[in-house]
Amino acid sequence: MPYPEGLQKYIKKVEETRPERVERRRRGEEFPALSPEGREEMLQYHPDYKEEGRRELKVGTNKGYKIPHEFADLLEAKSRIDPDVVNLSAIDYETDVLVIGGGGAGTAAALLAQEQGAKVILATKLRHGDANTMMAEGGIQAASKGWKDSPYYHYLDVLGGGHFQNSPELVYTLVTQAPGVLRWLEGLGVAFSKDKNGKLESMHGGGTCRKRMHYCSDITGSEIMRTIRDEVRNRSQDIEVIEFSPAVELVLNEHGHCAGAVLYNMETEEYFIVKARAVVLATGGCGRLHVQGFPTTNHYGATADGIVLGYRVGVGVCFLHTVQYHPTCAIFPEQIEGLLLTEKFRGAGADVLNVDGEKFVFEREPRDVESGAFIKECLAKGKGVPTPTGKLGIWVDSPMIDLLSGEGTVRREFMGKWKVFNRQGIDISKEPMLVYPGLHYQNGGLVYNANCETSVPGLFIAGEVSGGVHGANRLMGNSLLDVHLFGRIAGRSASLYAQESYQEGKLTLEHVKAYHKELDDAGITTDRVAPMLLPDYTEPAVRERQLTASYLGTLR
Amino acid sequence: MAGAEKRKGGNPGVATLEKETPPRVKVKLIPIFVMGKRYMVPEGLTIMKAMEYAGYKFIRGCGCRGGVCGACGTVYRKPGDYKIYTGLACQTVIEPDMYLTQMPFYPANRASFNLENLTSAPEEINKLYPELFRCVACNACTKVCPMNIEVMDTVSYLKQGNIAKAVELSFDCIQCGLCASRCFAEMPQYHIFQLARRIYGAKISPRSKHLIEADETIESGKYEEPLRKLMSADEKELRKLYQERETEPLETGDDWQPKKTEYLSIS
Ligand SMILES: Cc1cc2nc3c(=O)[nH]c(=O)nc-3n(C[C@H](O)[C@H](O)[C@H](O)COP(=O)(O)OP(=O)(O)OC[C@H]3O[C@@H](n4cnc5c(N)ncnc54)[C@H](O)[C@@H]3O)c2cc1C
Ligand code: SF4
Ligand code: SF4
Ligand code: FES
Repeated sequence: MPYPEGLQKYIKKVEETRPERVERRRRGEEFPALSPEGREEMLQYHPDYKEEGRRELKVGTNKGYKIPHEFADLLEAKSRIDPDVVNLSAIDYETDVLVIGGGGAGTAAALLAQEQGAKVILATKLRHGDANTMMAEGGIQAASKGWKDSPYYHYLDVLGGGHFQNSPELVYTLVTQAPGVLRWLEGLGVAFSKDKNGKLESMHGGGTCRKRMHYCSDITGSEIMRTIRDEVRNRSQDIEVIEFSPAVELVLNEHGHCAGAVLYNMETEEYFIVKARAVVLATGGCGRLHVQGFPTTNHYGATADGIVLGYRVGVGVCFLHTVQYHPTCAIFPEQIEGLLLTEKFRGAGADVLNVDGEKFVFEREPRDVESGAFIKECLAKGKGVPTPTGKLGIWVDSPMIDLLSGEGTVRREFMGKWKVFNRQGIDISKEPMLVYPGLHYQNGGLVYNANCETSVPGLFIAGEVSGGVHGANRLMGNSLLDVHLFGRIAGRSASLYAQESYQEGKLTLEHVKAYHKELDDAGITTDRVAPMLLPDYTEPAVRERQLTASYLGTLR
Repeated sequence: MAGAEKRKGGNPGVATLEKETPPRVKVKLIPIFVMGKRYMVPEGLTIMKAMEYAGYKFIRGCGCRGGVCGACGTVYRKPGDYKIYTGLACQTVIEPDMYLTQMPFYPANRASFNLENLTSAPEEINKLYPELFRCVACNACTKVCPMNIEVMDTVSYLKQGNIAKAVELSFDCIQCGLCASRCFAEMPQYHIFQLARRIYGAKISPRSKHLIEADETIESGKYEEPLRKLMSADEKELRKLYQERETEPLETGDDWQPKKTEYLSIS
C-alpha cells in the first residue's frame, strides 16, 4: 500500500521546501545545534524525565533507587524455580567457561575464552545470533583516521553523549581498544565498506565531532554477527552452543563465587544444571519490556533477563533510570511500526521535518535530545504529521540523499530499508519516511569494571546488560563497539579466572532463597516471576479461552 | 506479562502509540490457513502478528522481528495459483486465504575450516563444498529467496571463481535456509556464501592501513597523557572541552583536517 491520499498533501509540503533545503546543504549551511540550555529544555520532553514512570526499588543492592516500573516489576519478582526442588548435585554439563547469551558480546567472549585454552559452553535463549547485535545497521565507532581523529576526541564525544556521568576507566578502555577490535573483526573476515585501497568508509553519528562511524553497507551488525557466529562453528570442538535454553538463575558456590547456572530448555520444558569455573553474562537489552508502552526496535528475546540474574546474586545496577529511545523508528505503515531507521539517513543528509515541511532541530543531536525534540514538536507544538492510523510522526526526508550524493545512493547505501519500504509500495529514494521515537537501548545495567569483573568473583559481564560505559545515554555506533570489545575482555578474564583463581566448592541456590525472603520482608507479595524470557503477545481473548493452561509469567 | 499490571494515565508522550499488539477494534477479519487450519485474523497484519493473534506463542520461528535474522522463513500458497511463495513471517503482510507453514529450520551441512590456512584461491571453496558443481541451474533457489538474492547467479560466480561478485550478490543473505530446502543439488548455499564472504573480507579486500596505524599509535602510548588528563578532569572542564570541539562538516571529503592537531597522530 503506497502512502494514502490523506498523507499526500503533507508530502507536497515536504517537496515544496526540498529544493531550497538541498541548496542550503550544498552550501554547507547547517541548522544550528542546540546550546546546553536548549538541550536541557528538550530533555524535559523525554520519557525518562517523567516521574510517574518510575518507582523506588524495595529490595536488593540498590534499594531506594528509582527506576522504570517495568524494571522494578522484574527485580521485585520471584524466581522461576523453587530452589528447594532443584537438585544441584545432578550436574548436566560441566565446563570451564559458561557464556550466557549468543549475541555479539557472548560470541566474542566465547571465542576469546576458547583462544585462552578454555572449554566453553554458550547457552542462549533463541538461536545463536538471534540478538540485538544482528539488528544493528548503522555502524561501529573507532577513531581510526589519525589525521583528523584520535581516542581523545572519541573520549570527549562519549562523555558528552553520556551527560559526563560515564565511568572514566570504562570509556578509556572503549576508546583505546576500538581500532584493535576493528582489526580483529577484519581479520575474521568482516567485510567493512572500504575504498579500493582499503581505506574504511566513515560517517557521522549523533554526537560525534569526527566522522568515525565505520560500517558494512547498512547491515553492520548482521555482517559482524554472522561472521563471528561462523567462527564459533569452526571451533565446535571446544565451544558447545546450546540454543533455546535461557539461563533462569545463576548458581553460586559455598564461597559465594559464581559457578554455573540453571538453564531452561523452552522446547522440552526441562531444567538443566551447568557447573562452570567462570561465567560470562551477556544477555543484552530490554526493549521487549515496552517501557512506558513504547514500541521497540529490539529482538524478541530482549527482556532484561541478565539484570534479574545479576541482581539476585548481589551485583548492583546503574543508569537503569535512563532508557534510550531512538528518535527515528517507523511509525507508518503499521506493518513496520518500530522498525529502526538508522541515524545514517540523517548522517547522509536527510532533513527531519514537521508537518509544514520545516526543519525544527539539528539532525544530529544526541539521541535523547533528538527524541525529546520530536516529542515536543508533535505533542507540545502540535506540528506532528497525523498518520492514517491515528498517530503522529515526523518526516525524514530521504530523497534529499539522492539529490545530494547522486541518484541511486539511497538504494545502494540503504538497500535493506529500501526493500522493506518497497514491499509496502513506498520508494524512499523518492518519498520521505514517517518516524517517531521508539524504545531502543538499555543505557544502564549491571556494574562492572574494565576487566569485566563484577562484585561476585567468577561472574563477568559484557554488552548491553552492563552499565557505566555510556553513562546516561549511548551514542550510535558505540554499542557494537562496546559489546565486541568488552565481550573479548570478559572472555579473556573468565578464562584466566577459570585457570588461576577458581576455587572448588559446593553449589548452592541459597541466594535465591535469601532474595525471596527479602521480598517477603519488604512486604512484596506477588505472583510475578522473572526473568521474563519472552514477551507476552497473546491476545487476552485467547488467554480467556485457554481454560486448562497455567502460566508462569509469560510462558505456558 | 510478568506482572506488568496496566498502569493508568500513560505518558502523554506515548498516548498515541500502541504497544506492539494487533489492533482490537473494528478491523476486518480475513481467513488464513496456518498449516492447513483456518483462522480469522485482522487484515493488514504481518504473518507473524497474525499467528500471534490466532493464539500461537513463538519459541521457534521468531527472532529479530525486523527482517534480518532469518528465523521466520515461511512458505505459502494461494488458492488457484500453482506457484510456491515465500516470505519472512515478520515482514510479509497476510492475504485472504493464503495457506502457509513456517520453516524455522532446515538441516544443512557446514564445512569446518581454519581461516588462517585458507588462501584467496577459488579452489579453496570448491574443495570444502564440492557440491557447488552439482548445480543444475534450475533457479529454484533464487525464486524462493525472501531477500531477493540472485542465489543461482551467486553459485555460478563461485563456480567461475569470482568471489568478489558472489560476495556482492549475497551480501543481504540472512541465512534463513529456504534456498537449501529447494536445492536440486542439495547444497547449503548460505554456508558457502558465508565462507566466500569471510575469505573476501579477510584475504581479498585490501586491509585498512590507517586502522593498523591508529592501533599502533595508541599502543605507543601517545595519547596516554592527554587521556589521563581527561579522566581526572572535573565536569566543568570537560563540558568546556566538549563545547570547544571542532566538528567535521558533513559535506567534506575524507582528507578534511581540524585546525587543532595537538591530540592527533600527525602532531
Ligand atoms: C535495531 C537495532 C539497531 C542498532 N544499531 C546499532 C548501530 O548501528 N550501532 C551500534 O553500535 N549499536 C546498535 N544497536 C545496539 C547494539 O546492536 C546492541 O546494543 C548490541 O548489539 C547488544 O549486544 P549484546 O551482545 O550485549 O546483546 P544481544 O546482541 O542482544 O545478545 C544477547 C543475547 O542473549 C540472549 N539471551 C537473553 N536472555 C537470555 C537468557 N536468560 N539466557 C540465555 N541467553 C539469553 C539473547 O537471546 C541474545 O542472543 C542497535 C540495536 C538495535 C536493536
Ligand atoms: S540466499 Fe538462501 S539463506 Fe540467504 S536469504 Fe536467500 S534463501 Fe535465505
Ligand atoms: S537450487 Fe541448487 S541446483 Fe538449482 S540453481 Fe540453485 S544452487 Fe543450482
Ligand atoms: S524474525 Fe528475524 S527475519 Fe523475521
